[in-house]
Amino acid sequence: MHELSIALGIVKIAENETAKANAKKVTKIELEIGLLAGVELESLNFVWDSAIKESVLEFAEKEFTIIKGIGKCIDCDTEFDMEYIYDSCPKCNSNFKGILQGKELRVKALEVI
Amino acid sequence: MCGTCGCGSGNNGPEILKPGEHSHTHDDFHHHEHHGEHSHNESHHHHHEHTQANDNSQNHKHKVLEIEQDILQSNQLLAARNRGYFEAKNIFTLNLVSSPGSGKTSILERTLTDLKNEISFYVIEGDQQTLNDANRIDALHIPVIQINTGKGCHLESDTVYEAVKKLDIKDNSVLMIENVGNLVCPSMFDLGESKRVVIISTTEGEDKPIKYPDMFHSSDICIINKIDLLPYVNIDVQKLKNYALQVNPNLEFFEVSAIKGDGMNKWYNWLKSNIK
Repeated sequence: MHELSIALGIVKIAENETAKANAKKVTKIELEIGLLAGVELESLNFVWDSAIKESVLEFAEKEFTIIKGIGKCIDCDTEFDMEYIYDSCPKCNSNFKGILQGKELRVKALEVI
Repeated sequence: MCGTCGCGSGNNGPEILKPGEHSHTHDDFHHHEHHGEHSHNESHHHHHEHTQANDNSQNHKHKVLEIEQDILQSNQLLAARNRGYFEAKNIFTLNLVSSPGSGKTSILERTLTDLKNEISFYVIEGDQQTLNDANRIDALHIPVIQINTGKGCHLESDTVYEAVKKLDIKDNSVLMIENVGNLVCPSMFDLGESKRVVIISTTEGEDKPIKYPDMFHSSDICIINKIDLLPYVNIDVQKLKNYALQVNPNLEFFEVSAIKGDGMNKWYNWLKSNIK
């Protein structure tokens, strides 16, 4: 259940940035979560309410952008969609690949007042 | 970032203890102020503060902060700091990860016992509760710090940083960090280690690497423990390796029995070859 750590990390970022902007609270938070990042969205949603309690995020709208996984085969240069981190190249079956996207775990933007 | 799980406050923060030490102040770590210079505030992203599109009237100073900040950034910054410290002092650091009961502590005990006359070892033990593992290491006269994570399911770089300060490690040493027994959560948290070592035992399923791929993906070394039990358990070690290589083709394997000592020499040779 490292999702609570993740959620509390998000809260900390929001608290810091809100303070820096001299704002009072966050009305909307935009998150980017890669499908290969190792975070279960269900678990994150499950812990969200307790994590944001009494923080600047308490009444914020939360918006996820899900980023799908894309890999590039090191042996044959094929780019392919990845569902799992262990997906092999569909063309040559190699397991050697670079992950181009899908590992993201970012606070993209905050709307504050 | 707080490693506490299931509870946002109270007495569940990590505790850092030496064997024989008792702490009753649970609060020390709970707020994780990250000690000054490495807070998020100084990082390199810029604020594009602009008022929202409808800038006509009735806009209560609504601002959009496009911060693009990595959620794990504070852990990564402190991990990088740990790593720099280890490299400067030539401390070869291993982060040992596995499910509970795969034999992390037994492998450590055997390794320390066999090599302590040749190598200067230090150990950080991570568990949710008890000093039991630290006491096992302490019995071998190896300097050890126990981190009790409370409800936390993994170690993070800030607690390791504190533990490292308390250990006062000499140059040219080996630091073994035994993570909390958990094959999921520790994978995301870099501690600043030189190499990550995932341990799996022959009593576990051979498909574990694809059931818990993140941990195998982020590790450098895979130790297969309890090979003395192979005649009694139904596992195909080659299949296990193939699954692990599918997740991470760069993994290097060692097959050992920490209890009987089989295969340990190969592991020791690897360890020694990494200490310059």
